Amino acid sequence: MDSILFIIAAIAAIGCGLNLVLQTHPISSALSLIGVMSSLALLYLLLGAEFIAMAQMIVYGGAVMVLFIFVIMLLNAGAEKRSDKSLFAQIAGFPLLAVLVVLLSFLIRQTFPSTVSEVSFGEWVGGTAEAIGKQLFTKFLLPFEVVSVLILIAILGAVVLAQKEID
Amino acid sequence: MNLWLIPFCPLIGFLLNGLLGKRFPKQLVNIIAVGSVAASFGLVLFSLSKIYPVDSVVTEHGFTWIQSGMLKIGFDLTVDRLTAVMLLVVTGVGLLIHTYSIGYMEHEEGYARFFAYLNLFMFFMLLLVLASNLLLLFVGWEGVGLCSYLLVGFYFKEKFAGDAANKAFIVNRIGDFGFMLGIFLLVARFRTLDFGAIAAAVKGVPIETSLGGLGVITLLLFMGACGKSAQLPLYVWLPDAMAGPTPVSALIHAATMVTAGVYMVARMSFLYDHAPAAMHVVAVVGLLTAVFAATIGLAQNDIKKVFAYSTVSQLGYMFLGVGLGAYSAGIFHLMTHAFFKALLFLGAGSVIHGLSGEQDLRHMGGLRKVMPVTFYTLGIASLSISGFPFFAGFFSKDAILSAAYESAPWMFWTGAVTAGVTAFYVFRAFFLTFFGKYRGHHHPHESPLVMTFPLMVLAAFSLGGGFLSVPHWLAPLFPVAEHEAMQPMIISASFGIAGILLATLIYVVQPSLSDSLKSAAGPIYTLLVNKYYVDELYSATIVRPLNAISRTVLWRGVDEGLIDTGLVNGLGSAIQSVGSVLRRWQSGSIRNYATWILAGSLLLIFVLGLATQGAR
Amino acid sequence: MIDRIPLSAYLILSAVLFGLGIAGFIYRKSVITVFMSIELMLNAVNLSFVTFSYDNKNIDGHIYAFFVMVVAAAEAAVGLAIILTVFKNRGTLQIDEVDSMKL
Repeated sequence: MDSILFIIAAIAAIGCGLNLVLQTHPISSALSLIGVMSSLALLYLLLGAEFIAMAQMIVYGGAVMVLFIFVIMLLNAGAEKRSDKSLFAQIAGFPLLAVLVVLLSFLIRQTFPSTVSEVSFGEWVGGTAEAIGKQLFTKFLLPFEVVSVLILIAILGAVVLAQKEID
Repeated sequence: MNLWLIPFCPLIGFLLNGLLGKRFPKQLVNIIAVGSVAASFGLVLFSLSKIYPVDSVVTEHGFTWIQSGMLKIGFDLTVDRLTAVMLLVVTGVGLLIHTYSIGYMEHEEGYARFFAYLNLFMFFMLLLVLASNLLLLFVGWEGVGLCSYLLVGFYFKEKFAGDAANKAFIVNRIGDFGFMLGIFLLVARFRTLDFGAIAAAVKGVPIETSLGGLGVITLLLFMGACGKSAQLPLYVWLPDAMAGPTPVSALIHAATMVTAGVYMVARMSFLYDHAPAAMHVVAVVGLLTAVFAATIGLAQNDIKKVFAYSTVSQLGYMFLGVGLGAYSAGIFHLMTHAFFKALLFLGAGSVIHGLSGEQDLRHMGGLRKVMPVTFYTLGIASLSISGFPFFAGFFSKDAILSAAYESAPWMFWTGAVTAGVTAFYVFRAFFLTFFGKYRGHHHPHESPLVMTFPLMVLAAFSLGGGFLSVPHWLAPLFPVAEHEAMQPMIISASFGIAGILLATLIYVVQPSLSDSLKSAAGPIYTLLVNKYYVDELYSATIVRPLNAISRTVLWRGVDEGLIDTGLVNGLGSAIQSVGSVLRRWQSGSIRNYATWILAGSLLLIFVLGLATQGAR
Repeated sequence: MIDRIPLSAYLILSAVLFGLGIAGFIYRKSVITVFMSIELMLNAVNLSFVTFSYDNKNIDGHIYAFFVMVVAAAEAAVGLAIILTVFKNRGTLQIDEVDSMKL
């Protein structure tokens, strides 16, 4: 059962990712990104990370992507046009990318041989909100507080940057 | 014992006159200059009287100058019988010449500077003589070379004086190159430069039959002596050095500095005794120089140049003496030469002073009535240098020629004939100056007492100096075999007298004979007057090519081309071009930057991943 | 069906998604799409974190993923504000035309 879910989620993720790269209009890309995030949430569930899966859907899917779509509509971003600049990127990008992915896969296969490490749903149930909450408020208290300050700064920054000019 | 005070007094004189002399009145400068040398002379007498009869070597150790590994060189001064002779000559004759200079330089500018340099010279010369190791001797050696440069170029506003000074210093330097190589080899072989230590170390070494290690060392040292003492082929600076004031010629280029080479050979006798091949070279070079210079002196018209070539010739005699192993004979001749040669130069200076600067023999004549003291003293000196019986030069020249008679008769005959030639040209100069009619335009007058007094003292020594038996005194150092034969004495004396008579004939009795001889000799005469064109030869083969190479290769090629354009500017332009290439990386395009980041991180992953793979 | 999925599959999936994110970054010309590619990259990394957390049976991986999410959200907010400003000043959303910082 796990494998079917995994394969579906994986194909969905990769498909949406490809769509994001290949589509010309930003809105289509945004919607594809939402698709990617959903499949990733499913994968998190398979890995027993309940809280993270929920957070993913709520934060990413519900807040960040909405923000993106707002901005796309605000700026009236249209479909992209062809450009002749950045030749180096256009030419060298693909080969480098391919090499990167292949290399990473190779290394991963070396480090985690198939027979040794395996995932099975339900084998580990430690990803509960309770467990995360416990760690968050004891071991990772400082980062937690700092991150909340970070969010405050981000809000302030966003407000300052996007306000109307006072003539 | 305080031997260090002996060179120190003239040093004080140099500092005082050099730094403050311009503001002193002339009298004060005189007192400081002459006084310091007089103090030195007094100290020499005092020290010698204390250690008389100087049977042992007295050494005074100063501070340690160099301490490097096994090499230890200290500021050590030493006195033995040889040093005693040299000290007396240097300080005594120096004192007389300082006194003379008061009168001679009276109307010259740079008065204090002259005496300062003269004092500095005395300091270095005394250091040279008193040194206990070869490096300290070399310090004095170089120092007197420096003072020679300063004094020859005293009239620095004249180009020929500056050129002569340069020539003197540079030619000396060539000789010093050999000297330094000799020092290095000595250090390599004996690990010390102290005379006593080397003498002891070399005792056990067998005498070399052909040119061996010791021979090379001694020849290199002799090369330095050739430069300093104006032997072939490095004698060319001495005649030009007559551009300096006459007291300088007398002191430096007659009595003291040029004799440093002879002194050095005598001092290193323990080395030379072990290298007969080198000694032979020394003797032959000395003899050849003597002949060569004598022939040139025949045709010179400047009175100082005649005496300069005479100096070169007599130095050749001294080297002949020490080269034959007759060290004491060479030193004896050094002493008597100091007397009569200084007298000859000072007398010439007196004549020049009296004629307000005229130096050409062809514009002199008939001065014996006007300058009697100069006439008589110069006469004594001329008789002495000619080897006239019972004058000082007779005894010393005879000592050398007797030694030659014993070992190599051909040298004896050559030397004897040259003695005749010497007598001839010296008396030629003498007669041209004091006999006949006055051919010049000035008003000759006798020199003041301050100048004639040293002349008289030196004349007394030129007369009676031969009776100071120096070889006997130096016998403990340089064993001398008593020469019984009277023949060499008689033969050399007769050659000398024959020379005098010939000169009398040509220049006093029948003056027209000189012109006819001149035209008869023709090309030979031209050759002699132009000094065998040696200077021109050196200029063409050595000086000009060297200059040209310096200018084109080293200056334009290496300095401007390689270093300036290539390295310095080239580095700048290389960096500029590399920079302009690298600049294009910053294109402003974000996608390009991202791609480069990708490439970099890929490389990193590659390295790290495969490295850990290997570790696993 | 097979009940056990190899761990390397998750990681390779993460790598592939990361590569897709880079491809979007390099090949897309609109600024907003580039931003979305960055979000894709961050998500891929999150998957990787969670996978490792499963592997080590340690909750710390989840915490890291959580923080990544928080920071990504903040960054998205500020970044989009910057994009608005750039659009106001330059009038364009093509990153190729915002290239004045060059030598």
